[in-house]
Amino acid sequence: MTALAKAMPQLVTAEPLMRFDSLSKRYGPVVALDDVSAHVYPGEVLGIVGESGSGKSTLLRMMNLQESPDAGTYALDLPDLPPNLFDLDRFERRMLCARRIGIVYQNPHQGLLMKNSSSGNVAERLLIAGERRFHVLREKARGALDASEFPLDRMDAPPVELSGGMQQRVQLAKAIALEPALLLLDEPTTGLDVSVQALVLDTLKRLQQDRRMTMVLVSHDLGVIRTMADRVMVMRQGKVVEEGLADQVFQDPQHAYTQQLVHAKL
Amino acid sequence: MTLASLTRPWRAFSYGFLDASAKREMRRKMIKAVAVPGCQMPYASREVPIARGWGTGGLQVTLTLVNPKSVVKVIDQGADDSVNAASIRRFLTRVSGAGATNDTLAASLIQSRHRIPEEKLRADQILILQVPNPEPLRPVEPNMSAARQMHADADYGRLWLTLYEQIVRSGRVMQGASYPSMVNGRHVMSPSPIPRWDVPKLHMADHLTILSAGREKRIFAVPPHTRVEPLVFDDVPYRVEDHAGLTCARSGLTGYFMNEIPQDGGGSAHEVSDSELGVKAIRRAEGEDPEIGATWYVDGEMQR
Amino acid sequence: MTPLLTVDDLSKTFRMHHLGQALPAFERLSFTLSAGEFLLLSGPNGAGKSTLLRTLYRSYLPTGGRLIYQSEQGPIDLATAADVDIAHLRRAEIGFVTQFLTARPRVAAEEIVAEPLRLAGTPRETALDAARHWLATFGVKPDLWRAYPTTFSGGEQQKVNLARALIRPRRLLLLDEPTASLDAGARAALVRRLAELKDEGVAMIGVFHHPGDVAALIDREIPLKTKEMADVAE
Repeated sequence: MTALAKAMPQLVTAEPLMRFDSLSKRYGPVVALDDVSAHVYPGEVLGIVGESGSGKSTLLRMMNLQESPDAGTYALDLPDLPPNLFDLDRFERRMLCARRIGIVYQNPHQGLLMKNSSSGNVAERLLIAGERRFHVLREKARGALDASEFPLDRMDAPPVELSGGMQQRVQLAKAIALEPALLLLDEPTTGLDVSVQALVLDTLKRLQQDRRMTMVLVSHDLGVIRTMADRVMVMRQGKVVEEGLADQVFQDPQHAYTQQLVHAKL
Repeated sequence: MTLASLTRPWRAFSYGFLDASAKREMRRKMIKAVAVPGCQMPYASREVPIARGWGTGGLQVTLTLVNPKSVVKVIDQGADDSVNAASIRRFLTRVSGAGATNDTLAASLIQSRHRIPEEKLRADQILILQVPNPEPLRPVEPNMSAARQMHADADYGRLWLTLYEQIVRSGRVMQGASYPSMVNGRHVMSPSPIPRWDVPKLHMADHLTILSAGREKRIFAVPPHTRVEPLVFDDVPYRVEDHAGLTCARSGLTGYFMNEIPQDGGGSAHEVSDSELGVKAIRRAEGEDPEIGATWYVDGEMQR
Repeated sequence: MTPLLTVDDLSKTFRMHHLGQALPAFERLSFTLSAGEFLLLSGPNGAGKSTLLRTLYRSYLPTGGRLIYQSEQGPIDLATAADVDIAHLRRAEIGFVTQFLTARPRVAAEEIVAEPLRLAGTPRETALDAARHWLATFGVKPDLWRAYPTTFSGGEQQKVNLARALIRPRRLLLLDEPTASLDAGARAALVRRLAELKDEGVAMIGVFHHPGDVAALIDREIPLKTKEMADVAE
């Protein structure tokens, strides 16, 4: 046994698609993020769980380049990008997010033009990316809505006339319309009733499996995280308290806070 | 010492109603606007003796450009004789000593709001359009700071989205007037409430067009020989109003933009919108020989 | 020949922060497992048999020791390997067969079974054909293939689980009472399948409620004993 080297080499079976290093952010005296590092690998779902004020939403906003940290770097393993995405200017950030990063917000008002048609909401994404053919916009919007399991006979109804679950499907269709490298989900099913929530999660899961889509899912709902995530990051007061494979974090939580969280739920 | 020795007889403080510094600002902003075609330049917008929203923007430009040798034409809804057009024209001639005309060919400055004359404008003519809402993005982005950012980014996807919605709802583009148009491939402008019929007249035109919004304090320009391309989808061509086949009930002209006149019987008659062109046609029919210039449209087809 | 899995001084203690207590599951365990070997874990309830399997699968984090696994890309310590490597090994090399259905609700049985193949990039139809083959092998009636397994009986769910766990070739199988609630036919099919896999060189380590079912396959046995809970300082 002693013949075996003390430190085993890692296999490195994948290069991370996304890499965050030592992010810190303060709002006045409030520490939102304290030296947070994270990797996301291609095709996996990273779940970020934590109570309100844990910093999980701040982290997600940074992934979507809506906010910059006080310190730290953010890299995406995609062609033609700088080593630190926070070096991009406002316009470059906007274009990168529009083309390569999809996001679904908890509140549909944040992600949708409520009075435009649902298909128009999806088309907007394609328009930002420069598509100028009406029939292509139409077909791609239809395809994305269909993949989000949205009823196509309502594709031209404005979101304001749709139920919460349907609005989330429109957001999802908009987010995946350009086949982003990374899909960010910010409490996507919070605020939906339980049966609708389950159906939306089914759709997400199916999409994830069919397209091997890389996702980051932020939720305070452990059930949602457990259904969706491959790996879990537990955050508290701006710090990562625990990180691991989803089944390990839920079955064998190491940190006192995680144990409390898991036991409070189950 | 008498009071008379300290004063002098009244004379105008400055020529053409506006004071010299106001005109200097207008000139500078016009030059800027010409330098960056289609880009809205802010300006101070002085008070002029008509109400905001009635053409104050256009009037300030005309007052700045006018000189005693100018010949001004003012049209409102295509007509030279409406109250607003007539009073603006009278005001202009009174403060500047410039000549006035109804004839498009004779005018050096043409102030208009809703129409561009059907007769082709020349390089020595300037078209001044009064613009009520200069911001094409206002319907899609009420926050003007955000809209300005969108102009800076040439981020006009939302305008195409508006067209998308119109096609989805109505099967065609419903935008009738103020059709958003890309100027010089960079800035989208709202070309004042001219009909779709008139937008192609701005494209690679010989004349200079200055568009000015007095209430909104924005001035922009389409210099001569500048591209003006209405926003369209690649697979949905731009369509002007379907007036090619209509005939003017008074002048007999065909193939120009028409006004629809409701009739007692419930039907409608049509009348050529450019009233001076109609007048010329009637005079010709009565045996006179007024000069009628080349028109942009011939038999309802835009000539390039 | 290097064993496929070398368990070296492995310990697992559950630390329960809210009770201020530690529960040792097993301590300083060492054994090896080679390709084609079948290892039986034995011991009373609470002796840590399932815990050991889950520790090998990294559902539980070991407290001490090493788990040297000879993966196709080289040796790796499962105790300290990066999550991403563990996730990769779970997809490609290490299978876990449990009696509990872990499938998502509202997904058809055949889709659940086909999933490991689809994750490996097999086309949907090919994967579904294989899924149907294995469902049939374990005696799941065709009219259930399109149904949701959450509505199945315990035995049927178990068969779906087995089909899913065995559909993709593995190098190491962890078996947590796979025969528990199976009928005789399915149990025989499973044992036949395990025997085939053993012949193909798959290493297996498992807990069986009735070890007699697999008596012919067992190469060695590791007995585990019950441990006491201990108070610890936070």
